Amino acid sequence: MNERTLMSRLYDDFIYQNRYLYLVKGLGNTVVITVFALLIGVLIGVFIALVRVNYQQSKKKGLLLRLANLACGLYLTVIRGTPMVVQLMIMYFVIWASGAPIMIAILSFGLNSGAYVAEVIRSGIQSVDRGQTEAGRSLGLSAGRTMRVIILPQAFKNVAPAIFNEFIVLLKETSVAGYVGIQDLTKGGDIIRSITYDAFPPLIAVAIVYLVIVICLTQVLHVIEGRLAKSDLR
Amino acid sequence: MISVKNLYKTFHNLSGPVEVLKGINCEIRKGEKVVIVGPSGSGKSTFLRCMNLLEEPTSGEIYFEGKLINAPDVDIDKVRAQMGMVFQHFNLFPHLTVRRNITLAPVLLKLQSKEEADENAMRLLKRIGLDDKSESYPNQLSGGQKQRIAIIRSLAMNPKMMLFDEPTSALDPEMVGEVLSVMKELAAEGMTMAVVTHEMNFAKEVANRVLFIDDGQILEENEPDAFFSNPQHPRTKDFLSKILS
Repeated sequence: MNERTLMSRLYDDFIYQNRYLYLVKGLGNTVVITVFALLIGVLIGVFIALVRVNYQQSKKKGLLLRLANLACGLYLTVIRGTPMVVQLMIMYFVIWASGAPIMIAILSFGLNSGAYVAEVIRSGIQSVDRGQTEAGRSLGLSAGRTMRVIILPQAFKNVAPAIFNEFIVLLKETSVAGYVGIQDLTKGGDIIRSITYDAFPPLIAVAIVYLVIVICLTQVLHVIEGRLAKSDLR
Repeated sequence: MISVKNLYKTFHNLSGPVEVLKGINCEIRKGEKVVIVGPSGSGKSTFLRCMNLLEEPTSGEIYFEGKLINAPDVDIDKVRAQMGMVFQHFNLFPHLTVRRNITLAPVLLKLQSKEEADENAMRLLKRIGLDDKSESYPNQLSGGQKQRIAIIRSLAMNPKMMLFDEPTSALDPEMVGEVLSVMKELAAEGMTMAVVTHEMNFAKEVANRVLFIDDGQILEENEPDAFFSNPQHPRTKDFLSKILS
C-alpha cells in the first residue's frame, strides 16, 4: 500500500466504480436533513418562544398557559441536557423504529435545533422595545396581531444572524447521522474508506467539503449582517 | 367623553408596592382640551395611560362615552381603536414604511379598504407637508417628522379623542414648534384632547382646563388664565415658579 502513488490512491478512492458518488449522495442527504431540520427547528422555536414570553408577560396566568410553559421548560431541559447522538438513537431504535431513516433524522435534528432556536427567538422578541407593543395595542390591534405584524418581524430581523449561525452549526452536527445508518456526507467518506482500506483521502475530502460549505455560508452571513446594519443606519 | 372615578394605581417593584395614583377624579367633555401638568414622578403619565388601559387601574372606574371600560367583558381593542395615543418616543414601526405605519391598523381592523387607507394616508401626509416621505422608513426621518407622523397615524383611525404623553419631551428644541403646531391645528378642529406636557405656552394657548397633579392626586384644576396667573395650592405655586422662572 505504501508504495502506491497518491494519484492511484485518489483514483481508487474516488474515480473507480464512480465512488465519488458516495460523497455526492451523502452531501445531498446532509443538505436535505439540515434544511428541513432547520425549518422544523424554527417552527418549534417560534412556538416555544411565544409560550415562554407570553408566560413571562401575562399577569393572569391561565392553567393552559402554565401547563404549556411547564412542557416547554421540560423540553428545553431534556434536549439541551442530552447529547444529540443519543437523541437520534433513541428516536431511531425506540420511539419511531418503523420510520424512514431520513425522516427520523430530520425530525430528531429538528427537535434538537428547536430548543436552541427557541432561546434565540425569545431573546429577539425581548429585544424589541416595549413601546412597539404599546403603539400597536393603542391603535386597537389585539395582542396576537401586535405580536405577528409588529413584534415578530422586528425580532426575526434582530436574530437573523444568530439563526443563520444555527444553520451552520446544524450542518456540522448532522455528521452523526451515520450512527443510524443514514448515508450522509461523513458516512459516504467512511464507506469509501471501508471499501478501499484507505482512510486519508476520503476523510480529508469530507472535511474539505464541510469546510468549503461553512466558509461560503459564513460569507453569506456577513452579507446578511451588513445588509441589516445598513438598513438600521439609513 | 371620558370620565375617571376614584382611580388608584399601585405598582409593585423590588422595593415593594408604590402607590402612584391616589384617587383621581376627572371628566373630559367632548371637544375639550385638557392639559395635565406636574412634576416628574407625579403620576401624570400613568393617569393618561390608564385612560386607554395601557396601565390597568388597581381600583376605580373609567367610563368612555358612558360605558365602563375597565370591566372584564369589555373588548378593549374596540375602545382603543377610538382613542388615539401619541407617545414621548414616537413608537413608529421601524420595519414599515411611513405609509404602511399609517395604514396598518385601519386596514387590519377592516375599518378602511387598502385603497381608502392609502388615499387617507396621503391626504394626512400632505396636510403636514410630508407627502414626499410616504415610502421612507422611520429611521430616515427627524424626530419632529417622526412625531408628526405618529400623530397622523393615530388620526388615520378617525379617533374620538386623542391622548398625548409628553409628545415633545424627546425632541430637539428646534423641532418642538412643528409638532405643537400640528396639535394646535387639531385642537382648532375640535378634537377632544388630553395632553401631558411641559409646554406651558401650549397650555395657555390651547387648553380649556389645566390639571395640576402631584403625588398621585389632582391638587388644582382651573382654566388656564386663572391657573397660571392665580394658582391656589402652595405646591402649584412652587411648581409654576420653578418652571416659569
